[in-house]
Amino acid sequence: MSPLGEFFGRRFARVREVNRKYAARRVSMTPAVKVVLLLLRIYLLALVGILVVKFFTILAGR
Amino acid sequence: MQTSATAPAHLKTRIGFVSRLYYILRRGWKWFAIFLTVTGPGVIVMIADNDAGGITTYAATGARYGYGLLWFLIILGPVAYVIQEMTVRLGAVTKRGHAEAIFDAFGPFWGWFSLTDLILTDWLTLITEFIGMTAALSIFHIPPILTVIVVSIIMLLMVLQGRYWTWEKIAFVFCLLNLVYIPGAILVRPSVSDIVRSGLVPHFPGGFDNDMFFFLMANIGTTIAPWMIFFQQSSVVDKSLKERDIPWGRLDTAVGAFATVLVAVFIIITTGSVLKGTLVEDAAQASIALMGINRWIGTFLAVGLFDAGFLGAICISLASSWAFGEVFGWAHSLNNKIREAPWFYGSYLLLVATAGAVVLLPGAPLVLITLFVQVIATTLLPAAMVFLIILLNDKERMGEFRNTKTQNLLSATVVAIIVALSTMYAVTALFPHLLK
Repeated sequence: MSPLGEFFGRRFARVREVNRKYAARRVSMTPAVKVVLLLLRIYLLALVGILVVKFFTILAGR
Repeated sequence: MQTSATAPAHLKTRIGFVSRLYYILRRGWKWFAIFLTVTGPGVIVMIADNDAGGITTYAATGARYGYGLLWFLIILGPVAYVIQEMTVRLGAVTKRGHAEAIFDAFGPFWGWFSLTDLILTDWLTLITEFIGMTAALSIFHIPPILTVIVVSIIMLLMVLQGRYWTWEKIAFVFCLLNLVYIPGAILVRPSVSDIVRSGLVPHFPGGFDNDMFFFLMANIGTTIAPWMIFFQQSSVVDKSLKERDIPWGRLDTAVGAFATVLVAVFIIITTGSVLKGTLVEDAAQASIALMGINRWIGTFLAVGLFDAGFLGAICISLASSWAFGEVFGWAHSLNNKIREAPWFYGSYLLLVATAGAVVLLPGAPLVLITLFVQVIATTLLPAAMVFLIILLNDKERMGEFRNTKTQNLLSATVVAIIVALSTMYAVTALFPHLLK
């Protein structure tokens, strides 16, 4: 493997290790927590949607 | 010789008074010494919150509305305290930074989202700090390339000296320099009765229109930033604050909240006194305008702008490196030497060097970057604050330091208002004509 490939391979291995380490969520998923996290996902999707619209508005303006 | 037992009554009273006074002073000095030891993260994060973008917002607010919105800035102090105080408890009890706490409690999805968003927000904000610093020193004919190089070297030396304590005390010196706005405001000789009459009575000068809404949101956006949550929690951990230090951490945060509002108020007083009715687009422009009126006032504002950018830069870059270190498990303390924590210092250097380089790129889209900072920060802020409240309710980990019902009600209200307003701010920044 090339030195660059080895470098990125090691970094991705570290990422996988982090994923394994934190795989189990420690916070107790009460109904309130579930609802809050769902709302947060919806909120973030809406914001991303707005950003996409803005991006195409800029493109159309050019 | 007269002993205290045989001394007259009036002499006994005097001796008693002197000994009581001595005892009070000694106890007061002891408390002050403890406060000086424990204080740091709260004061630094709050004053650094008045960064280059913040100074521009306050200068523009004063120039647009005079003293009319001072009352609003004063309200924002306690709001910032409510959020930041939670990071003190969380850091002192769990001994984990906010990034690591999110991974641990909510898993890799929210963890990677928060970390990526934080790094992106921090990097973009760091660019705006460099823009502020180069603009401020350009007023004194210092070329941007020299500013970027010298500032980057100082920032690097500050972290490489190998002690958190030393870093904190150097940061304190820059925090003190931030008070330069106070003599600046005194020099404009503002009318105290005008300040009290039009500044401290809640009202919306000129009515509540779109411009007013935008300014209110901009002021909220500069007072509460996502990096502050990450910075203060990591800083509390690096400083090794314990549960018993929480009351001092609270005091530290309260003093910082007071200082940040104080600085903001004095900037608004300065521009509100002499630039009212002028369109101010950035703080450097306000400094030049003020120099035409009084050389010292303009100089104070320019020096303050540089200092604000520098303070913001040192804290934001550290917040990112701490977060990286926590998540990847690298050594990530300012008490570590370079060879002990190469990734921690390497990520810090990379962040600072690339942000500085962007400012020097000819034709770099700096205005677009400034705009997107607000939007990207808005995607991170609600998540960071919601996670904060959930983590503070973890009975198993937080024990007696978890949020009370009153604290939950207060913090949830503050978070809901901030999320709503900052979202509207981001949307308005993207589509300025949407509300018109």
